[in-house]
This record gives sequence, C-alpha cells and structure tokens, in this order.
Amino acid sequence: MKETDIKTLLYAHFLCIFSVILSVLLPSFFLENFSILDTHLTWLCICSLFVISINLVLYLVPKPNTSSKRSSLSHKVTRFLKCCIYFLVSCFSLHVVFVLYGAPLVELVLETFLFAVILSTFTTVPCLCLLGPNLKAWLRVFSKNGVTSIWENSLQITTISSFVGAWLGAFPIPLDWERPWQVWPISCTLGATFGYVAGLVISPLWIYWNRKQLTYKNN
Amino acid sequence: MRLGCGVFAASCVAIEVLGVAIFLRGFFPASVRSSSPTGHQAEPPAPEPLAGASSNWTKLPLPLFSKAVIVLIDALRDDFVFGSKGARYMPFTTYLMGKGPSHSFVAEAKPPTVTMPRIKALMTGSLPGFVDIIRNLNSPALQEDNVIRQAKAAGKRMIFYGDETWVKLFPKHFVEYDGTTSFFVSDYTEVDSNVTRHLEKVLKRGDWDMLILHYLGLDHIGHVSGPDSPLIGYKLREMDGILMKIYTALLTKEKETLSPSLLVLCGDHGMSETGSHGAASAEEVRTPLVLVSSAFERKPGDIRHPTQVQQTDLAATLAIGLGLPIPKDSIGSLLFPVVERRPMREQLRFLHLNGVQLSRLLQENVPAYEKDPGFEQFVMAERLHGNWVKLHLEEDHSGALLNLGTKVARQYLSALKTLSLALSMHVAQYDIYSMAVGTIIVLEALTLLLLSTPQVLHRRAELEVPLSPPMFSLLFYLMFLVLSAIHVVVCTSAESSCYFCSLPWLAAGGVMVLVSALLCVIASALARMVMDSTLLQKSTTHPCSGWSEVGLLLLLGTVGHVLSLGASSFVEEEHQTWYFLVNTLCLALSQETCRSYFLGDNKELPHCFHTEPASVGAICMQQDHIACEAPKGGQADKGPCPSGARRGHVRWAVLAGPWLVLACCRLLRSLNHTGVQGAHRPDLGHWLTSASHKMELSCLAALSLLVIFMLAQRGCSLVSKVALALGLVGVFCYRVAIGNLLFPWQLTNRGISKGILEARFVYVFVLGILFTGTKDLLKSQVIVADFKVKTVALWELYSGLVLLAALLLRPHNLPVLAFSLLIQTIMTKFIWKPLRHDVAEITVMHYWFGQAFFYFQGNSNNIATIDISAGFVGLDTYMEIPATFLTVFGTYVGPVLWAGHLAHFLSAEASSYSDSAMSRACFCYALICSVPVATYIVLVTSLRYHLFIWSVFSPKLLYEGMHLLITAALCVLFTATSQTGHTRAWVKTGARNQ
Ligand SMILES: [Zn+2]
Ligand SMILES: [Zn+2]
Repeated sequence: MKETDIKTLLYAHFLCIFSVILSVLLPSFFLENFSILDTHLTWLCICSLFVISINLVLYLVPKPNTSSKRSSLSHKVTRFLKCCIYFLVSCFSLHVVFVLYGAPLVELVLETFLFAVILSTFTTVPCLCLLGPNLKAWLRVFSKNGVTSIWENSLQITTISSFVGAWLGAFPIPLDWERPWQVWPISCTLGATFGYVAGLVISPLWIYWNRKQLTYKNN
Repeated sequence: MRLGCGVFAASCVAIEVLGVAIFLRGFFPASVRSSSPTGHQAEPPAPEPLAGASSNWTKLPLPLFSKAVIVLIDALRDDFVFGSKGARYMPFTTYLMGKGPSHSFVAEAKPPTVTMPRIKALMTGSLPGFVDIIRNLNSPALQEDNVIRQAKAAGKRMIFYGDETWVKLFPKHFVEYDGTTSFFVSDYTEVDSNVTRHLEKVLKRGDWDMLILHYLGLDHIGHVSGPDSPLIGYKLREMDGILMKIYTALLTKEKETLSPSLLVLCGDHGMSETGSHGAASAEEVRTPLVLVSSAFERKPGDIRHPTQVQQTDLAATLAIGLGLPIPKDSIGSLLFPVVERRPMREQLRFLHLNGVQLSRLLQENVPAYEKDPGFEQFVMAERLHGNWVKLHLEEDHSGALLNLGTKVARQYLSALKTLSLALSMHVAQYDIYSMAVGTIIVLEALTLLLLSTPQVLHRRAELEVPLSPPMFSLLFYLMFLVLSAIHVVVCTSAESSCYFCSLPWLAAGGVMVLVSALLCVIASALARMVMDSTLLQKSTTHPCSGWSEVGLLLLLGTVGHVLSLGASSFVEEEHQTWYFLVNTLCLALSQETCRSYFLGDNKELPHCFHTEPASVGAICMQQDHIACEAPKGGQADKGPCPSGARRGHVRWAVLAGPWLVLACCRLLRSLNHTGVQGAHRPDLGHWLTSASHKMELSCLAALSLLVIFMLAQRGCSLVSKVALALGLVGVFCYRVAIGNLLFPWQLTNRGISKGILEARFVYVFVLGILFTGTKDLLKSQVIVADFKVKTVALWELYSGLVLLAALLLRPHNLPVLAFSLLIQTIMTKFIWKPLRHDVAEITVMHYWFGQAFFYFQGNSNNIATIDISAGFVGLDTYMEIPATFLTVFGTYVGPVLWAGHLAHFLSAEASSYSDSAMSRACFCYALICSVPVATYIVLVTSLRYHLFIWSVFSPKLLYEGMHLLITAALCVLFTATSQTGHTRAWVKTGARNQ
C-alpha cells in the first residue's frame, strides 16, 4: 500500500520535473533566440504555464484512494474561482514581500511580479491542488507534526525547498562577478526552480528512506 | 573559581580587545623606510657615472627654479580642473593648461584618501601606513625625510598658510606661518580668507623661496553639501582668481631676477559623489597636478586627458627642481617633462640621481633586490649612461649622441617606473609575529566563551572557571618557558622590525603569561567537559531540546554572516546581508505569530496579554495616559474598550507586528543607500539634504523629533521627561543655527553660526538625564530592592543616549532614530512579550537589529562614510577626547541603542525571566560580537595578499576592532547593572545572618 503510494508520488514528481525541463527545451524549437537568460520573462511565463497545467492534470486524474465526493457544478466553479483568487492573492503578497526585501519599487515591476508568479506556481498551486482553498489545512500542513499523508509530506518538502531556493538565490546578487544571471530577479527565479526540482527529487527519496518512522494520523 | 557569566564574558571580551590591538599593530605595516637615520648628516650625492673613470661632477645640480609656490586645494578632484567644471569656473587655469607654459597631470592618490597621509605622501614621496587615519586628528611631527626638511637644511626660507596639520607636521620649519584649524566643517569662507589675506603682502616681498598655501574651503563644501553644490563653483572661481594673482606676481618678480619660478597646483585627494573621502573610488583618488613655470615650453595640447602619474612623484620632482636631495623614503619617480628642456647631460644626471635613490631604497627593503627587473634595468641604464658621458666628454655634440642620450633617458624612465612600482607593492609587509600573538589571544578567549556556552544555555547563572589549579600546574610553566624561548628566538633572528619585540620585556612577559594561562584554562575546561559528558551519558539520556525555527534561523544567519566576511563583495555590501537577515527574521516571526494565533497555542496568547498591561502599566500609571501608547498599533491599550474587542485588537496587532517592522525597514533602507554598488543611486537622504528641500527636511525632522519624544518619554520620570522635551527642542534649534533646518517663521536664510550655545544647551540636558538615571540605578542597587526603580533608571539612561544621538545624527537621519524606537516598541509589545522568546534569542535579535541600524544610518565598511562632523557638535576648539567619543558614538548609535534597549527590556521583564537573565544576555552579546571579529582576523590574515586588502578588508578590520571595543564597554556596563541582584542578595543574606 505504502510502497505503491510512494511509486505514484515518484511518477507524479517525475512528470513535474519533466514539465520544467520541457519548458527549457521546447520553446527553442518554436521561438528564435530563446534562452533562459536573454528571454527570461518568456521562459518564466512558459515554465509557470507548464507547471500549472501538469499540476492540474495530476489533480484531475482521479486518485485511487480518495473517494471523490460528487458535488454540484456550481460548487466546483466556486471552488475553482476561489483557487484562482488565492493564486492571485499569493502572487501579489509575494510581490509585496519581495519589495519589502529590497526589490525596487518602481523599476522592474514586471520582473518582480513574474518572479512572484513563478514562486507561487511552485508553492501555492500544488497546495491548491492538494488541499483546496482551505487556509486551516495549509497551516496544519506547514506546522510541526501536522501532515497526514505522504502527499502532504512531499508538498511540505517541495514548498519549503522552493522558498529556500529562492532565498538562497538572492545571495549572489551583491557579488561583483558581473555575470548575466546575477541580475535581479534571474538568480532568484533560478534558485526557486532548482529548489523546486530538488524538492521534487528529494521528497520521494526522503519518504522512502523514512517510511518506517513515518506514521500518519489517518493511516 | 566561580564567576558570574556576565563578569566572565566581560573579561573575555576585554582580553579579546587586547589581542585585537596587538593584531592591528602588526597588521598595519610601517611604510617602506630607509634604514639610515634621518637626522644624520646628509651623505654626498651619487656622482655622475662615467665609463672607466670617475666623473668630476659630484655635486648636486643647481636648482631649476628659484622660487616655488605650492597651492594645495583640499579635495580638489580631477574633473574640477580638467572637466567641464574646470572650463566653466576656472578659466584662467584652463588657459594656462591649454596655452600657457605648463604641464598637467592626473596624480593618483593612494588610499586612505585623508588629508594628513596625503600631505605626507606629497612631501616625503612615501606611502604612509593605513593607521595614519587614526592619527590623522593629532598629527605629530613628521619623522621621515621630506622635501620641507631638505629645503630647511639647504637654508631656504619657507612660508606656510593654511591647514594647521602642516604646522604640526613640520614644526619650526617655516619662517612665517598661519595655521587655520580644519575642524569646523560648516565654515568654508573664513578658512580660506585666513589664507588669502596674507597673499598680497607676501607676493610683494621677495624674501622667501617657497610658499605653501593649503586651502580647506572646497573640502568643507564637499562635506557639507557634496560635489554638485553650487558653492563649489564659487569656490573654484575664487581659487582661479588666486592662481591668477600668484602667477602674475611671479611673472613680475621673474622679470627682475631673470630666473624662472615654479607654481604647483595640486589636490591632496578627491571627493566622492557624496562629498566625502577616505576610500579608493576613482573620484576620491584622482587629483589634478598642474606645474606652471616660464621654464616650460608653451605647447597647445589636449588638456582633457592628462598623463596619469602617482602623487608620490611630486616629492622627487620638487626636490630636483629646487636642487635638493631626493627624500630618502620617496618611492616616486621624477616627472620627466619638468626637465625636458634642460641639456641632455643634466637630464640624465637627474634621472640617475632618482634611480640611485630608488634602488638604494629597494636594497634596504627587499632582500632579493638584484633579481628585481627594475633594478636590472637601472644597472643597465647606468652603464649606458656611463658610456654616454664618456662619449660626450670625448667628442663634440653630434646628433647621434643626442639620439643615444634619448635612448638612455628612456631606459632610465622605464627603470624608474618599475622600481617605484615594486616599492609601492612592497609597502604591504606584515609583522606576522605580532599578528600571530594577537590572533592566538583572541582565539583563546573565543574558545573559552564557546566552551562555556552550553552551561549558559542551560540557564546556569554562574560558571565554574578553573582558574587557580592551572596557574600552578606544570603545563602552565612549561608553556610559559616555551613561549619565552620562542619570543627570544624570533626577536633575535628577525630581520624586519617587529612591534611585539619592541615591547619592554615585562609587557611581553605579561602577554606570554596571559597566553599560557588561557591555554591551561581551556585545557582544564575541556577535560572537565569530557568528564561531565561521560557522567551525563551514564546517568541520563540527553534531553534533546529541539531548536525552534527562529532559533535555528538566528544560528544559521550568524554563521552565514561570519562566513560571508571572506568575500570582498559581501564586505562591501554587508548592509545587504543584515537587511536580508533582519527581513527573514521578521518573516519567521510572522510565521510564528500566525501559528500561535491560528493553531494550538490559543491559550497562551490571551494570558500574556492580560499580564502585559500590568507590567507596562505600572510605569505608565504615574504619568498621563496618552503617553503610554505607541502611535501605531498601541490603540489596544486605550482605556474604555470592552475587553473582548480589545483582545481581538491586540491579536491583530500581534499578527501585523512583524509586517509593520518589515515596512519600517524597507522605508529606512531607501533613506540611505550605502555600500559600493548602491551609493551612487539617488536616495531619500540625498533628496532631503539638497538645498531646495530644506522645508521638507525641516518638517520631517520636527516630526521625527516628536515621535522620538512620544516614544522615549514613556518610561521616564517627570523631570527627565521635561528635560527630554527641552533637549529635543534644543536639537532642532541647533540644526537651525548651523543652517541645516529652517524655523517655519524664518523661511529666509539667516546667518549661519556654529551653534555652540544650542548644542551645549542640549548637552546639559543629556548629562542631566544620564545623571538622574545613574543616580536611580545606584539607588536601586544599594538601597531600594525594587526592580521597577531599576527599570525606570535604565530607561532614563537609554533616553539620555537617545537625546545625544538625536543631537549628533544628521537631520535626515532623525527618522532612523524615530523608527528605531518605533520598532523597539512594536517588537517589545507584540512579539517578544507574547511569544516569550528565550534570553539568548532576544539578545541575538537585538544584535541583528543593532547591526541593521548601523547601516540604515548610512554607515558602510568604508572609512569615508564616517560622519566626522558629529565630533564637533558644540565644541569651539578641537578637543581630542570629546571629539573622538562623539564621533564614535555618532557612528555606532544603532548597536549602542539596541544594546541599551536590551538591558531595559530584560530588566522590565525580570518577572518572566530568571534572575540571571541580564548576565546571560551579556554573555550571549559578548559571544555573538566576538565570533565575527575572531573569524575576520583569521580571514584577513589568510587574505593579506588579496588585491582589495587595503581598500576593502582593512577598513572593515578597523570597524570590527572598534565594534569589539564598544562591545567590551557595553558588556562591562551590562555586568555592572546585573550586579544588582548579587549585591542585593548578598546584602540580604548578610542581614539575615546577622
Ligand atoms: Zn583633505
Ligand atoms: Zn575632508
């Protein structure tokens, strides 16, 4: 039971990683002069679109162990709208956090906002897909001993690693190496992406490694 | 021996201060020196080389110029003369450079770009050490060989007008002088008219050989209003007029005497974009050097891009021009265009003299000098020269000989250039032995601190320090003997001078005793720790106390910051590290508040808030009500709210607290852009200080002073409250008096004074408040056993310091002070009290905020950002001790005030912490401050040949040393206040026993 769960998790994560890699490789066939550094904003949009769509696909594929409650269409629509609003709110609040961290207020607004978008793609979107627009559940998952399944556990790990990646990505900015990727916000977005991918890789391994110790309240 | 952890920490930091002092003395090297004593009778000049024989031209060549006038304009940047400003405001100088008989250069000054080391460099031709900055303010007489001394020895009559530093550097050298003091930065007309008023008379007289004028006005304008101020234009025009006056006077004199004279225009250093100087940016380093003389060729040339030379080249050139021996320690090379029109034989002779002097200096300072490329080139040039002289004496002067001569001259020039480069590189020679001793002392003290950390974290108030057994152990004596032996061996074998060896034997022996005693203490502490841990493992399993997220962040952040000090960019942009860490801390705190608000800890929060008004209210009760509130978020405390709604308010305030702090930090960050990358970007501070926004600045300053009053008066007694209010009004009056601010009823500019009366008025209140605070503190320690009295006393001391800071900070920095108080209030009310952090965590948070505020204020790890004007507030003559104290306090306002707040907070919360909170906080503070210093010392030692060692790492080292000194003082004060408990307990037990 647990082993199969972990396997599913692993496949799902591989899909997500694949989408990130695809967003790097695929556009160069269609767009001229595409590269992550030069046309960074385009890449940001494409990457976040890919990741969102993969997450949605994973969400729509019915999971074997969750008994899907039949609910009315209007309920689904409001839920979807709520999710959209949550996503936007998270984008804007992340933008505010970046500005508080010292991002320029007036210049580079688009860059900062797209960074907020991609970071919320890596963090908020999986949360929305898995937990729904339910703040209580979010807080529960992100506190000590609050996780109830391996899915939530992996969600915790990927989200935290994305944030940590973005946070670490800010470190090279003051260095005087004069590299193109030191420009705001490229190092941070790259950091966030690496953090996300690392989280995707690490979490199944970590869960597999600790499968004996992990006991969830519901299991 | 048992020691309170406060006493222990304070003594450890004191020992570290000693170690850092020894390290600094070894790290900042003495400059390249000639070993022959300077007072010594001048040795004969090197004779002209002649192949196969000895030349009969052994005397020094005759002077090229009969008179020399040096016009030194302080902080004259190269673009003030060569750039568009020069063309606009200095038309005569531009004419001279373009069409007159002149040679213009850009002379590169070496950091530190501060006046005194630069004057030394100009006159001795050597590079003074970095430590000269510290000695800048009281310059003792110059010991090294220099042009002025040589001129005096040659019987030249010299006259000096201008900066007093010269008179101190060259006492009794001038037949006539008038020194003006440079310490009133806001005065920029009188300092210069004091110089110019003598000019008329002196130029008419002919009884002098050298006239030196040092104009300070431009530098003062730069400090006060920056390089783009319109005042700069006026000043440059004034200087241009003076140059014209001097030049025409010299021309008329020349017509009488028929011998050419020399006019030198130079600057000692440049001026950064903020108008300051001290660092190594291009604006600070590039200074113009214009030589004008009728002996020069008139050649129209491109004056936009003059040749780049070294500032040290002037000394050699002046010496040759005036027929003097070149100063022994000079590392400069002759500016060749000056002698270009002399006969070839003379030219070569000059170059040879310069080469001999440089190669002699190289021989005395570099063991392997023979392999130096410069030296090899020089030997070759000397041989060619000898041949040339032989040919010259034999045959008549043909064109081929001239060609050969030019070749020799070229060879000489390249040799000179290589030699002087090699010498200037050689300046960085370290006294490794002293550095090692200092490092060992610091590391030992740090190890002791680290070893006792587990005990302190387990809330033990007193530490077992095994002091007496090691003092009598065999190990101690062995160590002492070994160290003494090493000392003797090192000092007898060392070739270069070593500071530690020059100490008297008793002092060195004392240091040895200290080192070996510390080592023995560490050894026995380690041994005991090992034994303890085996005992513990037997008796109980380890109680695994998990770190909280905030605790982990504090630990990781500190480690990360310490590691970042190894990269020059991170040192330059250290403010970014602190802002980043403080922001992350706020986010972590916000996450913690969220969690305790929404989940689980619901019981704890309301409980805390019920107790809160009791503790704060106790103090506020005696005073009027409105005063109790912080302007933001404090509404919750207001009287008649129903308690349920009130609790809700407070909880929301708790949630919003970290975000408010974040917003405040963001605002402060845009107030002063510091560091290297950000310094040029426009910021609010620049906008406010520009002349056209005086009204806005005045409003902002008044508002900030109001906020400061509202927040600082809360904990004071009534008398101090009144004193604080009057003092803050006095601060505003002071700033109006010196012309920074405006009264609303006096919008037109009025006369600017030094504001001595107003500043002293404020000082009276500062001293009054501090005195009241000290009195209350002593009372609480000796007579009254009440922590409330102590809390009030500490707050009074704190608000006295706030008032002093308000006086010293520049008006556009007053919001920094206001926000500092505001953040302290928010953090205290809504974060530290409800969340009940550990003492160690609170201490580290205070330290982080203190560091961030150090940079918010506009400081950086660059000497140039020190606001020296703080040292002259309220003083009408320069007094070294008060000026130093005020400047240091003005620079370290942030860390000092946050440490003061920490003391007050712990005392106010004495009920929720254990009795030993204060001394444990002192320990943590000592530890957190000494870890970066110790690490940095090791890093700097390993990076001592780094390219940026002088421009980036050395200033930071000075800052770190100063910070450690301040930490030591703070720790001593902490320990003194935390002694209360002990003395009182002692008195009580004594009473009980009787
Ligand atoms: Zn100067
Ligand atoms: Zn200056």
